[in-house]
Amino acid sequence: MSNDVNVNTNTYKELTWQGLWNNNPALVQLLGLCPLLAVTATVTNALGLGLATLLVLVGSNITVSLVREFVPKEIRIPVFVMVIATFVTVIQLLMNAYVYGLYQALGIFIPLIVTNCAIIGRAEAYASKNPWHHAAFDGLMMGLGFTLVLVLLGGIREVLGNGTLFDGANLLLGEWAADLRVELFSVDYPLLLAILPPGAFIVMGFIIAGKNWIDHYRAAHAEKPEKQVTRARVTSQ
Amino acid sequence: MTFKIAASPHAHQRRTTQQVMRWVYLALIPGVLVQTYFFGFGVYVQLALALLTAWVAEGLAMRLRGRPVAHAWQDHTAIVTAVLLAISIPALAPWWIIVMGTAFAIIVVKHVYGGVGQNLFNPAMAGYVLLLISFPVQMTSWPIPNELAQLQVSISDTVSLIFSGFTQAGYNVEQLRMGADGITMATPLDSLRNDLNHQLTLSEALSKPIFDDLAGIGWAWVNIAFLLGGLVLIKQKIISWHIPGGMLVGLLVPAAIYWLFNPDQAITPMLHALSGATMLGAFFIATDPVTAATSNKGRWVFGLLIGFLVFVIRTWGGYPDAVAFAVLLANMTVPVIDKYTQPIAYGHGGRS
Repeated sequence: MSNDVNVNTNTYKELTWQGLWNNNPALVQLLGLCPLLAVTATVTNALGLGLATLLVLVGSNITVSLVREFVPKEIRIPVFVMVIATFVTVIQLLMNAYVYGLYQALGIFIPLIVTNCAIIGRAEAYASKNPWHHAAFDGLMMGLGFTLVLVLLGGIREVLGNGTLFDGANLLLGEWAADLRVELFSVDYPLLLAILPPGAFIVMGFIIAGKNWIDHYRAAHAEKPEKQVTRARVTSQ
Repeated sequence: MTFKIAASPHAHQRRTTQQVMRWVYLALIPGVLVQTYFFGFGVYVQLALALLTAWVAEGLAMRLRGRPVAHAWQDHTAIVTAVLLAISIPALAPWWIIVMGTAFAIIVVKHVYGGVGQNLFNPAMAGYVLLLISFPVQMTSWPIPNELAQLQVSISDTVSLIFSGFTQAGYNVEQLRMGADGITMATPLDSLRNDLNHQLTLSEALSKPIFDDLAGIGWAWVNIAFLLGGLVLIKQKIISWHIPGGMLVGLLVPAAIYWLFNPDQAITPMLHALSGATMLGAFFIATDPVTAATSNKGRWVFGLLIGFLVFVIRTWGGYPDAVAFAVLLANMTVPVIDKYTQPIAYGHGGRS
């Protein structure tokens, strides 16, 4: 029994690590870049789209995992897409009802969550092969990893391009959030490039480079197991 | 006994990168002098700021990459990047424009890709495009030629304008760009494109005071000076004639055809050749040895493509000049051009 619990916590730890860092959908798998680059001009938009994607991912992962025994292999992709589209529709209607301002700001990118490869990728690669509680946790962690990168990217671009943070947060979080807006500096001529799509590509490149640098640093400073080297000299010199 | 066999070419001129780069910026001197004569001393302040920024940025990037700093300073490529960017931007632009552009060009466009010889895009032009799309107002506020200006700008006023935005008497750049009638004067290409878009005929558009018989006042002579500097480079075999030749043919032939069919609604080939950055682009920017195509045939294609893109963007695009965009777009195609124009080595088939 204790062994079983141990295996379970290990699985969850591994899933967390995979979703947030090692196999992060945005930084490593480079999936879902279209919304990632298009809507991250501000933190609010990034957070809104990130949370929407997170909810869809959890819902679709659970459903796909539950129906995995009944779906014939040959038609699994259309079934997955239908499941995802259902959840996207639900989220879209909810956003339309409760966060209308953000719904308008994100526009076409909410329905486009259907085509986010990160979601169908998880359905195919993980949820269709694992029990539902693992799939749900995997969806949660992958969604969180995606959301964190979106928010980071949105934050950097908003600071560079506008000198603000959390501008328009009240659209997502309600009226109290209007006070969250921080004006770091004000310039007469904002760096438009950071707000425009090229800025998204450039900042994204730097974030990925930063992640790789941290990985290299950790690998270089990790404690290496003592190597037993046995050599046989085969040449004479 | 060792018998060394080196690959061809067996006889070649031993020119270091530093010597090549030195020729390039020496050949820019006539153009800079003419620019000073027509547009004031601002270009020297921009040059000083750009060189200082390039020096610091190059040292910083090499230090971060763990490479020898002095080595990078010695090859003078950063100097060429800084000089090209400084003479491409308006002479009275605020100081942070050139500092930001040069730092971006050196650190992001050059060193992130691996430093000298590794960059995909022309650093000076990528820096220019960053500035142009981020700060369109400052980047299109060219001073008007001295002979048309209401107010002459002294050296101290120039420095004051670049660092504070105002002359000592309190004029800003926008006021200095006004002619006698109080209307701001644009650059020749900008003015032409606006007038042609407003359904004016070419002769009406050319009747503005910024044009003389040749092309825009000042701009024509700046272009001719860069042409002379470029011819020196070709004579010295620093650059081959294929890229500038291709670019001028690619620009002027379509421009001439288009103009012959729309004589009153098109920019004349003469204005194309002697306005904006045509000559600077053809001889100094497009010929960057790192980001251009490598074989002679490839250089032809590369030059033609740049020229044609300049014509297309100037005629139908959203910006008055197009050399920076055209060069960057052509830089992207270089791997494909190189793949299809690779010369066949002797003895390896081909047409007999």
